[in-house]
Amino acid sequence: MIQAIAFYLFAGLVIASAVMVIMSRNPVHSVLWLILAFFNAAGLMVLVGAEFIAMLLVIVYVGAVAVLFLFVVMMLDIDFAAMRAGFIKNFPLGIAIALILLAELLLGVGAYNAGGLELGTPDGAAAQGIGQSNIEAIGGLLYGRYILLFEIAGIILLVAMIGAIVLTFQPPKPGARGRQDVGKQIARRLHEATVMKNPEVGQGVEL
Amino acid sequence: MIGVEHYLVVGAILFVLGVLGIFLNRKNVIVILMAVELILLAVNINLVAFSAFMGDLVGQVFAMLVLTVAAAEAAIGLAILVIYFRGRGTIAVDDVNRMKG
Repeated sequence: MIQAIAFYLFAGLVIASAVMVIMSRNPVHSVLWLILAFFNAAGLMVLVGAEFIAMLLVIVYVGAVAVLFLFVVMMLDIDFAAMRAGFIKNFPLGIAIALILLAELLLGVGAYNAGGLELGTPDGAAAQGIGQSNIEAIGGLLYGRYILLFEIAGIILLVAMIGAIVLTFQPPKPGARGRQDVGKQIARRLHEATVMKNPEVGQGVEL
Repeated sequence: MIGVEHYLVVGAILFVLGVLGIFLNRKNVIVILMAVELILLAVNINLVAFSAFMGDLVGQVFAMLVLTVAAAEAAIGLAILVIYFRGRGTIAVDDVNRMKG
């Protein structure tokens, strides 16, 4: 009972915030609604026992991706009112296509529900053991049978990181004020940088 | 009782909302990228739901890969957006024909 209430709460909130993401006038609000949607999706996943993916969703999406979106939205000076010019014009076509797509997807769910589909059965090698926590079971899979997938994920992130840096990096102009000259700094020696003085009392030092 | 079909319906609605978002905000690349994130979230919900209800954790492992790809896609997409804005001063996508390859 409590599970059903929590499910409908999370599901309703995730759908409502998804609607607000695509309808909201201000992209900053869109990002904030997106964060709410991800939190509620994480709640849905916790309900079903997938804690690891739920926490990953919160950390990766709310902690990294949404903040990245927020940074970009606030960094670029964009006239967002002009961006919504085609909104009304595209509305009927968009709704029509969305309804058709939704009908098709629900037809698929109904067909699955009716039992006419055979999806194949799990081989049991990746089942969660009795008394084993979700993260323990996933860790066993990730570092064992699916180690290649795990490393590919790492490579994808590395490539994305290098790509983003290469795309947005602006080489510094030579001779710009305030630039460090690393060679000059390294070539500096102790005896050129410091000087020993032994002034008389009350004389002061001439630099 | 909540079954896998409930989760599939939520995933289907979320997916359709993402597609609708791409249609409605055709000029605003930032909202389009967010709609793509919604679509990938719908896929993840489906993967996790099937994984949990069929008792097979491979779905959750694959959902992690989808999450990785979504994060990489957002980073690269926003980087392209930043350099596009730097060159043009606007992010309107309907005249992105400068990138003739």
